[in-house]
Amino acid sequence: MDLFIHQLFTGLSNGAIYASMALAIVMIFRTTNLKNFAQGEMAMFSAFIAWWMLGLGVPYWIAFFITIAVSFVIGVLAERILIRPVMNAPLLSILIVFFGIFVILHSLAGWIFGYEVKVFPSPFPEEAVFGTYITNHELGTIAIVGAMLLAIYAFLNFTKTGLAMRGVAENQASCKLVGINVNWMLGLGWGLAAAIGAVAGMLIAPVVYLDPSMMSGVLIYGFAGAILGGIDNPWGAVVGSLILGVVENLLGTYVIETELRLSVALVLIIAILLIRPNGIFGRTIVSRV
Amino acid sequence: MDTILQTRDLHASYGAVEAIHGINISVANGGITALLGANGAGKTTTLRSICQTVSTRGEIEFEGERIDGLSTEAIVRAGIAHVPDGRGTFLGLSVEENLRLGAYTRIDTQNIARDFDRMYDYFPRLKERRTQQAGTLSGGEQQMLAIARALMSHPRLLLLDEPSFGLAPIIVQELFRIMQEINVDRGVSMLLVEQNAKLALDVADTAFLMETGEIVTSGDAAIVKEDETVRRAYLGY
Ligand SMILES: Nc1ncnc2c1ncn2[C@@H]1O[C@H](COP(=O)(O)OP(=O)(O)OP(=O)(O)O)[C@@H](O)[C@H]1O
Ligand SMILES: [Mg+2]
Repeated sequence: MDLFIHQLFTGLSNGAIYASMALAIVMIFRTTNLKNFAQGEMAMFSAFIAWWMLGLGVPYWIAFFITIAVSFVIGVLAERILIRPVMNAPLLSILIVFFGIFVILHSLAGWIFGYEVKVFPSPFPEEAVFGTYITNHELGTIAIVGAMLLAIYAFLNFTKTGLAMRGVAENQASCKLVGINVNWMLGLGWGLAAAIGAVAGMLIAPVVYLDPSMMSGVLIYGFAGAILGGIDNPWGAVVGSLILGVVENLLGTYVIETELRLSVALVLIIAILLIRPNGIFGRTIVSRV
Repeated sequence: MDTILQTRDLHASYGAVEAIHGINISVANGGITALLGANGAGKTTTLRSICQTVSTRGEIEFEGERIDGLSTEAIVRAGIAHVPDGRGTFLGLSVEENLRLGAYTRIDTQNIARDFDRMYDYFPRLKERRTQQAGTLSGGEQQMLAIARALMSHPRLLLLDEPSFGLAPIIVQELFRIMQEINVDRGVSMLLVEQNAKLALDVADTAFLMETGEIVTSGDAAIVKEDETVRRAYLGY
């Protein structure tokens, strides 16, 4: 029983990381219909920025929040400088830009910080508060991601800018007609996605260790969680990712070998998508035509 | 009556294809101007030109200031609201959220609550469906929502693209009555594009008739109504 509870929490903690990546992906997908597969490398690079600051002796939480802010700015600039010029170009050109971001961040991180695997500290103390049920880092991850999700929910639902962002996801032409600067909203979406990814990167780095390839597996789970929950629905994507994290971890513990977890999880997802093509919570706008 | 909107030699094109070829139209301050014409004449394009959602050449003057070359957002802030062709509803947002987006450019936030009440007075059906997803509204309700959303920005000029389209005659009557009320009570000038020429000429003071991207007839609505070609082509008597 103890093992089960522990694995459940580990799954939830992993799921929280996948959920962050999924939310970042959905943020950009909803406003641009693009799946940013460089999202993982952006998160990895953010984790390196944090690691670099920690190495300089910056206290953890200060480094944490500076990294979020810097990542936000990088996200906004990426949209402005790299994505916007190709927004109306053929899909292939956009994919090449994404691929470019992916490769540049990957090799830049390797070139500046080195390819060897590094230890990244957890901000939470070692001695477990809840015994064998949950490690402090898992608990901390769940708490931080939970707080972040609440903040984003509040932003989207209770602020004017948040409402405008949801408007941009619905109908950009109408947004212009009510006076919204759509370009700024797209930039803001990229900035938020990068900031969310930064949190995920910093929280997963102590678990998977820091190196330029650390996010490749995580990103696949993020996409899988988003697609499972519904890639056009941020909260569906979050729930989908949590389910994925738990199911994957329990399967790995009780049913199959750890190496097969990802494959089995993906097979399950495909099975679910056959029944619900838009994901479990995929949004269907009711509309009379 | 002075003029709130004036275009001079206005051209508009989609890519390389020019859709309107140098038109001059005007809207009187506080008045309703009708813009009539057959399908494809360029009515929608004219409204899009005023909001700069299509590329244009020529002058557009609003309240004495040139607005051609401004961004669409800036034009909305200047006081023009557009009820577009197809209504432009935010289908997945609630009725109230649609209206709140309409007020996006407002800086006098303390008055917005009062304007919600006003819109619900004009359109009681919207009040009943306040929290409902806008995509579930009927066509008539969505048209009311589109007009209310546009009014939430406190415009001085309202551009309306075929508000009667697809609506039952009784709803159209109600809608036009409310539009006239808004025009009189709130002094909102209107540029009204309509297929239904009779309806438009009944509420408008001035009318312009478009054909293949050019203005062919214009003048007092009452006079245009009696015009031979207009009668035969658009009024059917
Ligand atoms: N998005 C577009 N891209 C290219 N051409 C367009 C576009 N929209 C309109 N046109 C062309 O511009 C011309 C004028 O169209 P417009 O929509 O302004 O006419 P309209 O008078 O509003 O017609 P309707 O009564 O059918 O709404 C037409 O020849 C049309 O084919
Ligand atoms: Mg039209």
